[in-house]
Amino acid sequence: MSTLEDVEPVSVNLGGVRGGPDVRTLRRDAWWRFPAATTVFLTVIVTYLAWAIFQNAYYFVGASAHRDLISPFYSPCITGSCVPGAHGTFLVLHWWTITPAIFAAAIPGGFRFTCYYYRKAYYRSFWQAPPACAVADGHSRYTGESRFPLVFQNAHRYFWFLALVFNVILTIDAVMAFRMPGQGGIGVSIGTLVLVVNAALLWAYSLSCHFCRHACGGHVNQFSKAPVRYRLWKFLTPLNHRHMEIAWLSLFWVTFADLYIRLVASGWISDPKLF
Amino acid sequence: MSELTMRVWRGDPEGGAFTDYPMPAVEGEVVLDVIHRIQAGPAPDLACRWNCKAGKCGSCSAEINGVPRLMCMTRMDELPTEEPVVVAPMRTFPVIRDLVTDVSFNYEVARRIPPFTPGPPPPGGYRMKQQDVERGQEFRKCIECFMCQDVCHVIRDHEENKTAFAGPRFFIRLMELDSHPLDEEDRREFTRHDAGLGYCNITKCCTEVCPEHIRITDNGIIPMKERVIDTAYDPVVWLGRKIVRRGARRPASTAGTAGEQPAAEESATA
Repeated sequence: MSTLEDVEPVSVNLGGVRGGPDVRTLRRDAWWRFPAATTVFLTVIVTYLAWAIFQNAYYFVGASAHRDLISPFYSPCITGSCVPGAHGTFLVLHWWTITPAIFAAAIPGGFRFTCYYYRKAYYRSFWQAPPACAVADGHSRYTGESRFPLVFQNAHRYFWFLALVFNVILTIDAVMAFRMPGQGGIGVSIGTLVLVVNAALLWAYSLSCHFCRHACGGHVNQFSKAPVRYRLWKFLTPLNHRHMEIAWLSLFWVTFADLYIRLVASGWISDPKLF
Repeated sequence: MSELTMRVWRGDPEGGAFTDYPMPAVEGEVVLDVIHRIQAGPAPDLACRWNCKAGKCGSCSAEINGVPRLMCMTRMDELPTEEPVVVAPMRTFPVIRDLVTDVSFNYEVARRIPPFTPGPPPPGGYRMKQQDVERGQEFRKCIECFMCQDVCHVIRDHEENKTAFAGPRFFIRLMELDSHPLDEEDRREFTRHDAGLGYCNITKCCTEVCPEHIRITDNGIIPMKERVIDTAYDPVVWLGRKIVRRGARRPASTAGTAGEQPAAEESATA
């Protein structure tokens, strides 16, 4: 009687005639829609953000308009180039004269760039590796994230920790947005709601992150011996499964928040007080 | 009775081409039914692998209109019939004949996975609580249809990577074993170095085609990537482990074979 141990290994059949015709894809559905839409959306967003970051103006609506609204890209405004009245903090880099939005571009930007979801989105749309499932990728050689420079995608967790600091700061900004200097002290305007929703979405994005799920409980092998981490993991799991939707929504909203405040600060529109 | 055209790949290791088969449309059929009618009629020599016809054996994987799917679970009425329905073998694997491919690559990889390695049983035997069982159960749903392997562009479009990359089916196997509360081997370095987890760029095609709806990427590959980062790429975690040395598992070797699985595995994970 033979056993599994008696079975001789069979060499892997490489280089044989592979299944089906040698064409890029046999798909006939509109597989190109997702990469095309992603390319357009990300290009528009990144172009706008690059412009907004280096414009270095119209990012704060202050006491003269009876508001306290700052663009999420320019917070914390801790550089010497900040406009007067933008949130003062205990730390001011007086020697810094270029745009303070560099911080947001580097840290939350790096957090999103290394995000597992965005990686899927831009690998498919920009890098064409692959553009869609069962559609041949456009590269003669492929090593993925196993080598320099893409191996640095593994730094995602460090960006996550740093992005949490930004979430705290933007939450403080959202609370400060309830201030109505010269209009009775406290109130709610459209700008207030925009910043509150922005902070909530950024927290949802950070908490739905795959690393967050791993750090809070995913690294545990025996859940029954770590009940608190198990509950955290159970709480974060459904959120994590919505990471894609939250990623798009929060990116759209943070861009919209900047645009709204920019329009108010430049006088194109006013920020109506609701109550 | 309306007609439809089945465009089926016919070929062998020497080469092949599509052949059109006009067939009457029959209500309620799946693609495998029509393939069987082709075998019973115009092409008795058409080769196709199948077994359960219930989506549980994973035998009848093919590419239907270019998308990897189980023929037995793809209803004809959900396919556009104004054009021919294209049925081709899985692209990633060498053709044996017609729709049958040589999937031995997967069994080769499976032999290299370090097997389940529990510690000595405690008094009363192995016991697991429900919350410890749940995570691994999702991966146990895998029917080994190998469509995730087929659609993964790392080996689909770059055959040379087959020697360095295990593929999504085996990453969920590695995640199942590495997160198993009774297992005592550390498979993270094996997963990074021998199984080539770094090749995966998480484009989620494996999850999209899985007929068992296993969240291969979210629950298997990415958690395994994070575990690998803990050991290979995160100096803070590495330093923490050096200072607080607790619960260290022994690194897995690459010498595992499929025949070494202890009987305890089935009872512990069932």
